[in-house]
Amino acid sequence: MSKSLLVISRQAPWSGPSAREALDIVLAGGAFDLPIGLLFLDDGVFQLAPHQDAKAVQQKDLGANLQALGLFGIDAVFACEHSLAARGLTHPANAQPLNNEQISQLIDRYDQVITL
Amino acid sequence: MKFAIAVFSAAHAPSSRRALLFAQAALADGHEIVRLFFYQDGVYSASNTVVAPQDEQDIARQWREFVSAQQLDAVVCIAAALRRGVLNSEEAARYQRSAVNVDAPWELSGLGQLHDASQTADRLICFGGP
Repeated sequence: MSKSLLVISRQAPWSGPSAREALDIVLAGGAFDLPIGLLFLDDGVFQLAPHQDAKAVQQKDLGANLQALGLFGIDAVFACEHSLAARGLTHPANAQPLNNEQISQLIDRYDQVITL
Repeated sequence: MKFAIAVFSAAHAPSSRRALLFAQAALADGHEIVRLFFYQDGVYSASNTVVAPQDEQDIARQWREFVSAQQLDAVVCIAAALRRGVLNSEEAARYQRSAVNVDAPWELSGLGQLHDASQTADRLICFGGP
């Protein structure tokens, strides 16, 4: 049986390549049919903010990559409730909000964890 | 125990040095390193153009010597490396760049190698990151 991997994405989408590179790990794992989870934590929850205009900051839109998660068979997508609230974001449609206790249970469930 | 080690920081970052010390200690204790994977700014830890001041540790050189001496499987993520200008001769020729700053014992390859190592290893240990 394959080992499961949780990727914890902690960077805002426009703060450098980190958010995109964390997502690339997830998508690559999905392409290999591995059991992968994705948790948005801290500034990482900004990746879930609606109505972002990537062109305004001369960036490529990360939203398309997020949309691709389903196509790659990644449906274990979570967001830290506390991080969302602290940044004034309402609960996003494409990630399941978790409280701190649920997050610690989530991390326990996975064999390997990468935080970026 | 079988370890996979991922490095996300440049040679000048303390976490790159810690990763090297961890890897050395793991082998010294009889453990196995299935692969070293360098991602994000970790690709700079594989650069052979790093020049450390004389009174400082040359971690990039120490990495290179360690990987060579132990004949470890050491992979630099190709996409992360290209973005940061860390190129082997093949990529420098492909993109017509004048500098080559990574060569043996490092191999440039894709993220599949990270997943493969993570599957093979008992533990995936990560160093650095934002």
